[in-house]
Amino acid sequence: MFAHFDFSVIGASLPYLFGQGMVFTVTLTALAATGGIVFGTALAMMRLSGIPGVTHAAKVYVELMRSLPLVLVIFWFYFLVPYIGAWATGSATPIQVGAFSSALITFTLFEAAYFAEIMRAGIQSIPKGQTAAASALGMSYAQTMRLVVLPQAFRNMLPLLLTQTIVLFQDTSLVYVLSLTDFLGAASKVAQRDGRLVEMYLFAALVYFAVCFTASLLVRRLQTRVAIIR
Amino acid sequence: MNYTWNWGIFQEPSPEGVGTYADMLLSGLSWTIATALASWVIAFTLGSVIGVLRTLPSRAANAVGTAYVELFRNVPLLVQMFLWYFVLPEILPAGLGTAVKQLPDAPFYTAVLCLGFFTASRVAEQVRAGIQSLPRGQRMAGTALGFTTAQTYRHVLLPNAYRIILPPLTSEFLNNLKNTSVALTIGLLELTARARSMQEFSFQVFEAFTAATLLYLVLNLVVVAGATLLERTVAVPGGR
Amino acid sequence: MRLRHALLLAALALPGITAPAGAQDLSGTLKKVKDTGAITIGYRDSSVPFSYLDGNQKPVGYAYEICLKVAEAVKAHLKLTTMEVKLNPVTSATRIPLIANGTIDLECGSTTNNPDRQKQAAFTNTHFLTATRYVAKKEKGLDKTDDLKGRAVVSTSGTTNIRQINEINTARSLGMRILPAKDHAEAFLMVETGRADAFVMDDVLLASLVAGSKTPDAYAISSEAQSRPEPYGIMLRKDDAPFKAVVDAATAALYKSPEGKALYETWFTQAIPPRGINLKLPMSEAMQKALANPSDSPDPAAY
Repeated sequence: MFAHFDFSVIGASLPYLFGQGMVFTVTLTALAATGGIVFGTALAMMRLSGIPGVTHAAKVYVELMRSLPLVLVIFWFYFLVPYIGAWATGSATPIQVGAFSSALITFTLFEAAYFAEIMRAGIQSIPKGQTAAASALGMSYAQTMRLVVLPQAFRNMLPLLLTQTIVLFQDTSLVYVLSLTDFLGAASKVAQRDGRLVEMYLFAALVYFAVCFTASLLVRRLQTRVAIIR
Repeated sequence: MNYTWNWGIFQEPSPEGVGTYADMLLSGLSWTIATALASWVIAFTLGSVIGVLRTLPSRAANAVGTAYVELFRNVPLLVQMFLWYFVLPEILPAGLGTAVKQLPDAPFYTAVLCLGFFTASRVAEQVRAGIQSLPRGQRMAGTALGFTTAQTYRHVLLPNAYRIILPPLTSEFLNNLKNTSVALTIGLLELTARARSMQEFSFQVFEAFTAATLLYLVLNLVVVAGATLLERTVAVPGGR
Repeated sequence: MRLRHALLLAALALPGITAPAGAQDLSGTLKKVKDTGAITIGYRDSSVPFSYLDGNQKPVGYAYEICLKVAEAVKAHLKLTTMEVKLNPVTSATRIPLIANGTIDLECGSTTNNPDRQKQAAFTNTHFLTATRYVAKKEKGLDKTDDLKGRAVVSTSGTTNIRQINEINTARSLGMRILPAKDHAEAFLMVETGRADAFVMDDVLLASLVAGSKTPDAYAISSEAQSRPEPYGIMLRKDDAPFKAVVDAATAALYKSPEGKALYETWFTQAIPPRGINLKLPMSEAMQKALANPSDSPDPAAY
C-alpha cells in the first residue's frame, strides 16, 4: 500500500490547508490563549482571595473543566452557547453564534482552567515578604497585584504559559469533530472527499511536529533568558 | 427550545439487540477504565525510564530521552492515534502487519499503545523534574555510600522523586483518563463514543451527554480520592 | 397517526402559501427568516454526491442544490427582495442539536428519514431512496448476506446501517465481528487496508466511495441488499407546520418538474466535481415513483 501513495492530493490543496486551515488554527490559538490567560489570572486571584464563596466558586470551576474530556466540552458549548447568549441578551430565541466564535468561547473558557493553575503557582511563588513590603509602602491590594506580584508571576511563569499555549495549539485540532475547518479539519475534509487519508494524516503529523518543535525550542531559549536569578 | 426531553430513554432497549441504553453507556465506561489503566502501566514504566535517561550523566542517554519526549509531545494525540492504527501495520513486515490487523479488539490494543507512548512523554518530564528538584547532596550521598548509579536511583533518588511528583502524576493520570475519549476516532467503544452513538440512534443528544459528563465527574472524584489516600500512605513519617 | 397529524396541520396552513404573508401571522422559522433576512443551510462536508465540498472548498451536491431551490421559494413566499443564504457545516453528531437550537434551518445531506428521528425533527419530501448493502474487495468473492459468516465487518458508528447488520447478525447467527468506524472514509479505509472484509452502508454512499478510490475496479458491491430501500429527506425543525408547508410545496414542485430529473442526472450519471468521477447510478423505478409522487413518509413500504 505504501508503494502506491498518492501525494499529489497534498500539493493541490496546499492553499486551502494553509490559507484557510492553518490561519483558523493560529487565530483561534492566539485569541483563546490571550483570553484564557486573562480569565485564568482572574480565576487564580479569585482562588487565592481568601473570600469563602469566591475561592470556592473558582475552585469548582477549575476542577470541573479539568475533569471533563475536551471533546465533550466542545460538544456541550457548541450546542449550549446559543442558549447562553439568548439568556445573556434577554432574547426569546436562541441567538446564532458562528462556529468560530463558539470554538473561541469554548477554548477560552476551557484553557482558562489550566492557565489559572499556572498563574496560581506563579502568584504563590512570590515571597510573602514582597506583599508585606508593598503594604508597608501603603499600596492597596490592586496596586500590590498590578505593580509587584503579577509582573513577576508572569515573568516566572512565561515559559509554562507558552508551553500550555503549544498544547492549546494541538488541542484545537479537536474542533474537527464539529466539522470546523482548522488545519486538521481541512486536511481530513480533503482526505475524506478524495479517499487519501493516510497521506494527509502523515503530512499533518509532519506539519504539527515542525511547528510545535520549533516553538518549544524557542520557549526553552526564552526560559534561560527570562529566569530571575535568586 | 425545540427539543423533546426524555429521561426515560436510558431504560429503553438499545438498537444493538442486547441491553438498554444505560447498559450501553456502562459498557463504554468499562472500556474507558480498562484503556486508562492498561495505558497507564505503559506510560508509568516507560515514562520513568525515559525520565531517568534524561537525568543520567551520559550524553547519549540524554539525547535519546529528549528525542523521545519531543517526538511524542509535539504531534497532536488525535493524529498519533490515526498513525498507530492505519499507518503502523503498513510499515511492519507483511505477515506481521496482517496479523496485527486481524486481532480482535484491535482498537483497544492500539489505543492502549498510543496513549501509553503519548502519556509516557509527559510522565518522563515529571520524573525528570522530580529527580532534578532533589538536593544534589542526595546523589553524592549515594555515591559516598558506595552505591552504583543504578543503586543510587533505585534506593535514593526515585523513592524521593516519586513522592514529590505524586500530585502532578495524579493529574497526568486524569489527563490520560480523559484522553481515552480521543480513541473514539479509531472505533474504540469507550464512554464518549457510546454517548455519541446513543444520541445518533435515539436523537436524545442532551440526555446522552449529560449522563457521560456525570460518569466522567464520578470517575474523576474516585481517582482524586484514591490519590489523596495514596499520598497519605506513602508520606515519609515526620518528613517535610 | 403522527404523520396524519402533520399532514392535517400542513393542510390547515396551506392557505398561507397562496395568501400574501403579513408579518403578523408569521411564526417559527418563517418569522425568523423575515426578521433577520437570512436563512441558514447546514451542509455535510463529505457526503458525496449529496452535500460535500468541491475543489474550491465550497459546498455542492444534489441535496445542497435542492436546499438552494427551497431557499429561493422561501424568499419568494416572504416577498423579500434580498435574503442572505448562510452556510454552516454539520456532522452526523451535530445535525440534530443544531436544528433544535436554531443554528441551522435546513439540513441538506443524506439523512435517513425514520420514525425515531421524527421525534426530534421533521423531514420534507424524500429526495433519494437507498438500501443497505456492503462493499468488499472483488478477490474475496463476497456477494450475498450469508457470505459474511464469520467475517470482520465494518460500519459507521451511529448509523441505521450498523444497527441493521447487528440485527441480521443476531437473527441469523452469522458470527460476524462488527467493527464501528468513526466515518465513512475511515470505514472504507479499513476495507482497503484489510482490517475488515466488508463495509456495510447505504449503497449510494458505497458507490461514491468506490468511484473515488485509488482502484475502483478492485471493489464489488453486494447484489443482495440488507434492507429495503429507505428514504433520505431534508431535515427541518419539528412542530413548525407553516415552514414545512412552504418547504414541502417547493420540493414537490421541483421533484415533479423536469428540472428535478435533470438535477438527478447531473449528480448521479455525469462527471461531478472536484475530480470528475461518475457514479453511474441511473434512476431506479422506485426513485422515479418517489419523485413523481412526493412523500415525506418514513416507511420503506410507502415507496
